[in-house]
Amino acid sequence: MLSVAGTDPWADVAHLYRRAGFGGRPDELEAAAAAGYEATVERLLGSTGADTGLGGLADPVLTAPRLGELADPAARQALQQQLARERQELSTWWLARMASATNPFPEKRTLFWHGHFATSIEKVRIPLLMYRQNQLLRSQGDGDFHALTLAVAQDPAMLIWLDAASDRKDSPNENFARELMELFTLGTGNYTEDDVRAGARAFTGWRLDRRDYSFAFDAADHDDGMKTFLGHTGDLSGEDVIDIVTHHPASPRWVASRVWSHFAYPTDPSDPVLDELVAAYTPELSLSALFRALFLHPEFRGDRARSGLVKQPIEYVVGAVRVLAPDLLGPQSATPADGPGRLLSGVLAQLGQVPFDPPNVGGWPQNGYWLTTASSLARLRFATSLVRRADLSAVEDAPSSGRVEATARLLGISQWSDPTSSALSQVAGDPRSLVALALASPEYVLN
Amino acid sequence: MSRRRFLTVLAGTGAAGALGVGMARHGFGSPTPAVRRTGTTPGGPLVLVALYGGNDGLNTVVPYEDSHYLAARGTLGYGAHEVLPVGDGLGLHPNLKGLKGLWDAGHLAIVRGVGYPDPVLSHFRSMAIWQSASPAAEVSTGWVGRWMDATGSDPLRAVSVGPTLPLLASGDKTAAAAVPAGPVGLPAGPGLKAAFAAMSRAPAGAGLGPLGARVVQSGSDLLEVQAVVSEALAAEPSTSLGNTNSLDGGGTTGAGAPPSGSSKPPGAPASAAGNPLATQLDLVGRLIKAGVPTRIYMVSLGGFDTHSAEKDTHAHLLSQLDQAVAGFLSDVGTHQHGRGTVVATFSEFGRRVAANASAGTDHGTAAPLFVAGQPVKGGFYGEQPSLAALDEGNLEFTTDFRSVYATLLGPLLGYDPDAALSGRFPTLPLV
Repeated sequence: MLSVAGTDPWADVAHLYRRAGFGGRPDELEAAAAAGYEATVERLLGSTGADTGLGGLADPVLTAPRLGELADPAARQALQQQLARERQELSTWWLARMASATNPFPEKRTLFWHGHFATSIEKVRIPLLMYRQNQLLRSQGDGDFHALTLAVAQDPAMLIWLDAASDRKDSPNENFARELMELFTLGTGNYTEDDVRAGARAFTGWRLDRRDYSFAFDAADHDDGMKTFLGHTGDLSGEDVIDIVTHHPASPRWVASRVWSHFAYPTDPSDPVLDELVAAYTPELSLSALFRALFLHPEFRGDRARSGLVKQPIEYVVGAVRVLAPDLLGPQSATPADGPGRLLSGVLAQLGQVPFDPPNVGGWPQNGYWLTTASSLARLRFATSLVRRADLSAVEDAPSSGRVEATARLLGISQWSDPTSSALSQVAGDPRSLVALALASPEYVLN
Repeated sequence: MSRRRFLTVLAGTGAAGALGVGMARHGFGSPTPAVRRTGTTPGGPLVLVALYGGNDGLNTVVPYEDSHYLAARGTLGYGAHEVLPVGDGLGLHPNLKGLKGLWDAGHLAIVRGVGYPDPVLSHFRSMAIWQSASPAAEVSTGWVGRWMDATGSDPLRAVSVGPTLPLLASGDKTAAAAVPAGPVGLPAGPGLKAAFAAMSRAPAGAGLGPLGARVVQSGSDLLEVQAVVSEALAAEPSTSLGNTNSLDGGGTTGAGAPPSGSSKPPGAPASAAGNPLATQLDLVGRLIKAGVPTRIYMVSLGGFDTHSAEKDTHAHLLSQLDQAVAGFLSDVGTHQHGRGTVVATFSEFGRRVAANASAGTDHGTAAPLFVAGQPVKGGFYGEQPSLAALDEGNLEFTTDFRSVYATLLGPLLGYDPDAALSGRFPTLPLV
């Protein structure tokens, strides 16, 4: 299963597609192997314009509620039901994008930023705002990190989530200032509680205008006094704070460590493996340069990276659907009363990862967190259910003795371990059982 | 579930190492040295109920005679005519009728002023502190997980309901079994179960790295847990305390999914209308009655972060808590395996004394918690925090939460708390 970078081009691009996307179909991997690893990296990073796979997928139509105007309890209840329907529609829309995009990297990258600037619909409550945040992460997720962070800081969903909109001069709210430094830009140990307090003062006056859910600034409520924040002194504004943290010397290693941890294997900012990523990123805080350095780093294709991540539930479910039942969430399926979408959302809830609903501002934990007895059962149930709707012809058409190998090629696995191969052989006579078991194998559960 | 049926179930799954190992792993062998048992174990199993979001202690155990409370809470407060009086100028929230019944029967302990020094007002970190029992340093294990590390390797000693494990249940070497609240049957393809069992016996060094080995291990744990749990559930039909099929996208997330900062609006969709805590406790009750030897269960209820429009939301949540817990204890309390069951609630913090401008409360600090069950000596423990001497608008704690844990591990379950808690904490005489 673990092969040296460059000796097996097919295995290299299969690994790239798993990490930069949600896994590759056999035709995608054949084409990518022929084009070469570096060329495939450039194609994944560089696509511009509309994605051909998403041509038929309409954006969701979502409500901008004016709760204050709904004094009538019946009208309020109708609105809550409408918002609940839209929440499902939004989730199905994003899952459909992940499953259908010809170039999956923008969606995978957006999923990463969603976990990084983790914001939950449980508190934000308005699907429209989560949708706008999602589009922001997509459109600015490979630009410059300062611009992305500033846009996220002033994003209405984030303003609600971290109480930045309730940051008042006479009682500053520290929530956003703290998480901005601890989780989004610097990591622990690079700031003090004094910096948190100064940062909170700088963000006073930031508001959410609930007439049109836009960012607004209330100068009267802003503390424009002198502050000292991370060694900088002045009448600092919230924008100044964002500028300071994203350009802080500790920030590049922190950002690089988050990217490496989610695309290669978990590590901390002091790891020398990050040096090349930091060098590429630092001059202009360029996220595209960072991602390029990531995918081209020799260690990215090394043994430790290949076995370093467990598939998150979203990656697991979307990946299986992409390969086995790509029409399940196709554009024509993404309607509000969408059966498959609701079904997959139910599976994701059983596995413990629902889009737009991270457990807290730290996002989702990794690896061992997903390997519980309950999630093992949920994966097995999902697998046996999915194979009943799947196109398994690549396995069915192979002779019984060749089906285990055919299953590997179908799922992008370069080689089964002996115990897995032996177990799969036991059910090679029944393609559905074979593929279902393969989906529960350690080779497939690992990313 | 009879002992003989239990052993037969283990043999049927082909668990490696024969019946002898199975017996030891499930508690039939002699105790390991880390276990110091008292002569007779007064109680157990223990059921920990996490209340996510920060439960408003002042509106749960109400100091209705304290003028500071009435002044601070205004219309958000409760008066003498509404609360259920329990003495000492305190009354339970009007919806806690079942807990009041337990109080009157002498089986409810109200532990007051529970918290820790230098309180943290972040959901994320304070809940991690409560679950790791480590206020001073961030650690990646929970106190139940560390108890498991010290007492052997059987994943069934502690069970968490839900798809992911809370920090509470994670140790360095081992973790609790995560059991879903929904169906537990393995999907039965022809020969699929046998092949899955074969795949889950793979030795750790099959070239898959440490994570691959953990995938394999979770598969073999699943088979063991599933065999025991489904046998138990078949023997004990549901008492339907909640929606037993409701592990859908709604509120039944179980112990491992902390919805920080969430408050489901009244009129939430029908799929979340059941009592998610009752659903989890229904499963726990069935496992207890079936004689599954689990010692600690973990369940949860979310939605307590009531920053705005608190009164109705909080009342609804307390109603769910009360119905689920009182119903559960009443159900297992008459059963031979369930008599020693004790339920303990906890939350990441209480709430600010004064109401805010949105008819709610902001994050606070110390709060009361409940410990209930037949082994419990009912009454008040810990001092009621003063509403006159506040710390920046918040209550000062009087009882360290680790004393509660030490009491539950030591006097209740009969283990040495030192392995799980770093340091000795005075226990409370509540068992």
